[in-house]
Amino acid sequence: MTLLLISPILIPLITAALCLLVWRRPVWQRWLGTAGAFALLSASGLLLKLVWDRGIQAEQMGSWPAPFGITLVADLFSAVMIVLAGLTGAAVFVYSHGNIDRFRESFGYYPLMHLLLMGVCGAFLTGDVFNLYVWFEVMLISSFVLLALGGERGQIEGAFKYVTLNLVSSGFFLAAVGLLYSVAGTLNMADLAVKLRETSNPPLITALAMLFLVAFGIKAAVFPLFFWLPASYHTPPVAVSAMFAGLLTKVGVYALIRVFTLLFVQDPAYTHRLILVISGLTMLTGVLGAMSQNEFRRVLSFHIVSQIGYMIMGLGLFTRLALAASVFYIIHHIIVKTNLFLVAGIVHRHTGTMELKRLGGFYESRPLLALLFLVPALSLAGVPPLSGFFAKFFLVKGGLAIEQYWIVAVSLFVSILTLFSMIKIWAEVFWKPASEPEQAVSSRARSLWAPVAALAAITVFIGVGVEPVFRLSDAAAVQMLNPEEYIRVVLGGNR
Amino acid sequence: MLLLLTLLPFAAAAVVAPLWSRAHRFAAGISVLVPLGTAVALLSLAPAVWRGEPLLEPHAWAPSVGVSLSFHLDGLSLLFSLLISGIGALVLLYSQGYLHGSPNLGRFCATLLFFMGSMLGVVLANNLVALFVFWELTSFSSYLLIGFESSRLKARNAALQALLVTGIGGLALLAGAVLLALAAGSYEITEVLAAGGLRQHALYLPILLLILGAAFTKSAQFPFHFWLPSAMEAPAPVSAYLHSATMVKAGVYLLARLNPALGGGAEWPLLLGLFGGATMLIGVVVAFFKNDLKQILAYSTIGVLGTLVLMIGVGTPDAFKAMAAYLLAHALYKGSLFLMSGAVDHETGTRDIGELSGLRRAMPLTAAVALIAAVSMAGLPPTLGFIGKELLYESANHAPAYAWLVTAALAVNGAILFAVAAMAGYKPFAGPLRSPKPPHEAPWTLWTAPGVAAVLGLVLGLAPRAAESAIRSAASAVAGAPVSVELSLFHGFNLPLLLTAAGVIVGGLLYIYRSRIAGLAPRSAPVTAGGVYDRLLAALVGFAALQTRWLQSGYLRAYLKIIILTAVLLGGYALLTRNAAAAALSVSDARFHELIVGGLILAGTIATVRARSRMISVAAVGAVGVGVSLIFVLFGAPDLAMTQLTIEALTVVLLVFVFHHLPDFSLKSRRPVRVLDVALCATAGVFMGALVLAAGAERPWPSISSYFTDNSRDLAGGRNVVNVILTDFRGLDTFGEITVLAIAGIGVYALLRLNMDEIRRREGARTAPSEAAIPAATTAPDRETP
Repeated sequence: MTLLLISPILIPLITAALCLLVWRRPVWQRWLGTAGAFALLSASGLLLKLVWDRGIQAEQMGSWPAPFGITLVADLFSAVMIVLAGLTGAAVFVYSHGNIDRFRESFGYYPLMHLLLMGVCGAFLTGDVFNLYVWFEVMLISSFVLLALGGERGQIEGAFKYVTLNLVSSGFFLAAVGLLYSVAGTLNMADLAVKLRETSNPPLITALAMLFLVAFGIKAAVFPLFFWLPASYHTPPVAVSAMFAGLLTKVGVYALIRVFTLLFVQDPAYTHRLILVISGLTMLTGVLGAMSQNEFRRVLSFHIVSQIGYMIMGLGLFTRLALAASVFYIIHHIIVKTNLFLVAGIVHRHTGTMELKRLGGFYESRPLLALLFLVPALSLAGVPPLSGFFAKFFLVKGGLAIEQYWIVAVSLFVSILTLFSMIKIWAEVFWKPASEPEQAVSSRARSLWAPVAALAAITVFIGVGVEPVFRLSDAAAVQMLNPEEYIRVVLGGNR
Repeated sequence: MLLLLTLLPFAAAAVVAPLWSRAHRFAAGISVLVPLGTAVALLSLAPAVWRGEPLLEPHAWAPSVGVSLSFHLDGLSLLFSLLISGIGALVLLYSQGYLHGSPNLGRFCATLLFFMGSMLGVVLANNLVALFVFWELTSFSSYLLIGFESSRLKARNAALQALLVTGIGGLALLAGAVLLALAAGSYEITEVLAAGGLRQHALYLPILLLILGAAFTKSAQFPFHFWLPSAMEAPAPVSAYLHSATMVKAGVYLLARLNPALGGGAEWPLLLGLFGGATMLIGVVVAFFKNDLKQILAYSTIGVLGTLVLMIGVGTPDAFKAMAAYLLAHALYKGSLFLMSGAVDHETGTRDIGELSGLRRAMPLTAAVALIAAVSMAGLPPTLGFIGKELLYESANHAPAYAWLVTAALAVNGAILFAVAAMAGYKPFAGPLRSPKPPHEAPWTLWTAPGVAAVLGLVLGLAPRAAESAIRSAASAVAGAPVSVELSLFHGFNLPLLLTAAGVIVGGLLYIYRSRIAGLAPRSAPVTAGGVYDRLLAALVGFAALQTRWLQSGYLRAYLKIIILTAVLLGGYALLTRNAAAAALSVSDARFHELIVGGLILAGTIATVRARSRMISVAAVGAVGVGVSLIFVLFGAPDLAMTQLTIEALTVVLLVFVFHHLPDFSLKSRRPVRVLDVALCATAGVFMGALVLAAGAERPWPSISSYFTDNSRDLAGGRNVVNVILTDFRGLDTFGEITVLAIAGIGVYALLRLNMDEIRRREGARTAPSEAAIPAATTAPDRETP
């Protein structure tokens, strides 16, 4: 079982290493990378099944007992996130066959993507705060190189803002970890959870929690810390933006949910209320940003910000149903968001532009693509019975059940604005008559369609077959709200 | 069975669209036969329902959150679903002729079928969430159908308007449904209706307002009515089916459905009466002043929807009976008239009644059908419209409150509606022949479908007993208790008949002097609901642009400031208010030489900021680094200090090399900005310093570090604890950091060697643009915010 638990880190690492060995053969790298992504997806599926069947899994790295060494832990939330990473990876790798030019391919695109996946999976698996920081660094550097890879003017500008603002986040994170270690004398999250629960108001903890909130808030792109995201996501090749859009901010959200359920639960009336306020403002500013944009990927990028608000709304409400809703929302969002970027890429391939003004006529010429856009787009806006509707419904239900009316009102208002801006894309790209002739399309296009269709099918499935997915989210929420099992599995007999 | 009936149209839609180009006749056959079959199946279920044995059919969906796909066929849903499937069959038949030869006919039929399934779902669902799901699907299919002629901007905008207005109502419905379920303890509608005591619940008023918001937007009640006339951009079959016969009545259905639970009390009759009454009068008056055939019909539809809401508000069994009868009559005559308007438009090229007359000579069948429908609309015998209107007058006369007001309003409405009916169903066909292009009789599909609906209205008027059970069981479902219904064409000489006679006279006069009266009306209203919508939307979009320009300014320095400010505010506030430890700060135990090192660092920092040349700046940064290294030395970490010193030296050297390539140094920011920046940074520094001091002040728990010193040699076999931590205890961290370095190496190599801009310039002609993913940079401006 050890191997299965570390395989989400090991598989991308080995794949990246193999790719580096055949540096001069991009085609080999392409197929190696794809195979690795599917291997990761399968392993993550097995891991999820294991955690579902047998409960939380933990493994001490180097066999040093917790809390002294580094522990890898997979609870349901981690396992679900890793499955989503595997799914996004697989979809994006297939898509890359038709999307990535030979120049980028021969400068390390595939190994970099796998190292990014390794960082993401590492962050989901680790049970140690400082180790989490290390995985964040792996993610940051690989995503920075991927953003800049190609060296186009727009890319460099976006990548520069991206890396600067994310380094600020790293700075806050590192400072917070250092201070936390200084106060609590440990880095193991389960151990921290035990210690911080021993006293009702441990010194300094709320202030440190705020530092974590800022550090992860930057990563998650919440209001008012999201600037790096709309500044950079529209610049790299579509496959790269799709991977980022699906996964990167969600690692920040994951970290927020993890520390604000496991560690910082001393003062929820203050901390979680604050998160709730931030979630409302994030939803609102994000969707207004999207409304003001006129380029396909920029609209989508601002929507990421807006939906991060929904994801942390459940954390702010801090009830079982609301937390389950957050998990459900993340599952729904990663699939849908990745897919929308992939669709944008197909549109781009046919026209050579992402400007809504210059696009048009796709409903007439490509009804199937129109359908494949509508599924994720409407799901994003929460139109039933797609996955996004249930995500929204659970949050609304969770909010109304504890009489948090204003945040529910905001979330509903934002969902109509989301619909407005998805419909804007629909009307401009699909309904409006085409203004420019389409470009010829080369033969590798099929690899673009397969992942789009697959992700759309999953979106429909999550909506129609909502029960199992909700039960999974609910079980994940229960585990997080009752950390005894997590602590017991990590610390074992030491306590 | 009910699940099957609901899903069948969806399945048909999925089959029809792709099949259309290959097997056109087959697909067309499916699209007509599916609604027809549904209607027949429903009729076969009808007798049991009319006997008072409703059909309840549960299916699990998401039981852990109370969501199910349960269906319920009672009198009310039966009446609606018969209309939906019956008129659906007629409309799909009509569409085959109306859009004959259009390449998009397949898509059109598929969308209509999709709508039909959704609408059946709305009226059959017995779960609030399932109802909401189908409700939203009707809104979306309405969107697609209004914008069917998507190349026209007006059609696209009208579709968006309808979607937004009904979408906001949909969200109100969602919130209302969740609250209702919280109050009633179940999402199953039958259980909600049986719950009782809802009117006394603390959440009653919010629930009521949310549900009314949903119903009023969907059923185009004032002041949300404006989307319905705009929706006339849709092809005639859509207007007939969605925007008069079925979808716009979903709001009425919702009110009727929930009446047993929410009805009565003080607020319900008041709100429904006020909004329903206002909508009724506004609709019919505006219709009177319109010239476009479809606009006339649209506004009169709004008026009728108002009437139906008003009747639910009146709340007596008689009123429910009138509501059910009038609803049925309206669906038949209005659907038929809309289809006729399509036929007229199709043949003459205009819908302006000012340009049309005498069409009966060229289109006798069309004219006959229109006349029958118009008679029903005018409320004249022997049609169902007449019976419905008589029932309205009768129940208004016996209304529990404000009977005279309701009766008067209905009478005024009746008179004007008579004139409007004449304008729509008589004017274009009477008199000498006038038309922009020579008309011919419409093809058979264009008059049979409306003909069936119109004649049915006539037949049911002549033999009202045939409709009795349907109306009785519908009214009973609304009332929540059995209602007795006996329909007949002639009720004797009474007030309703008198009002009808008066209505004919006044309406006739209105029709005759219409042009003169129309001259008196203002050309355009100063404030219209549609105008308010436009302004609100424009303001929202403007605000969105403004706030985004302000927040996402494109300046990295602005972003940094906001982030640091946020951190200081959040952390500082928590430090000051949440943790008392901050008060116990103390620097008194610092030794003299430590203070000197601190002073060195501080001086270096100030020099860095104040320097007027890059070289000095870098040198000063170096001094800060040296100071930090000294601190490491003072606190027993000489190896760290050495590392730090090496890095400082390297950084300074590298920076000096880079400066060589940069333009001359100059100060670009204004002084106040710089002062604010310094203040912000100083605050941030003080905050972090305070945090560090506070963290050192209290250590309630033993640190794990003693484990490392105790076990480094015996268990890990190394004497240098730092090395053992790096390579063994926390080897995974080191592995991660090594990976970071490796990636950075690839990154540097790639950034130096790969420049797509240059490649594209160099071999632009050789690289096919479609081969490479062309990122936004080539097509979009470089600047992040345009």
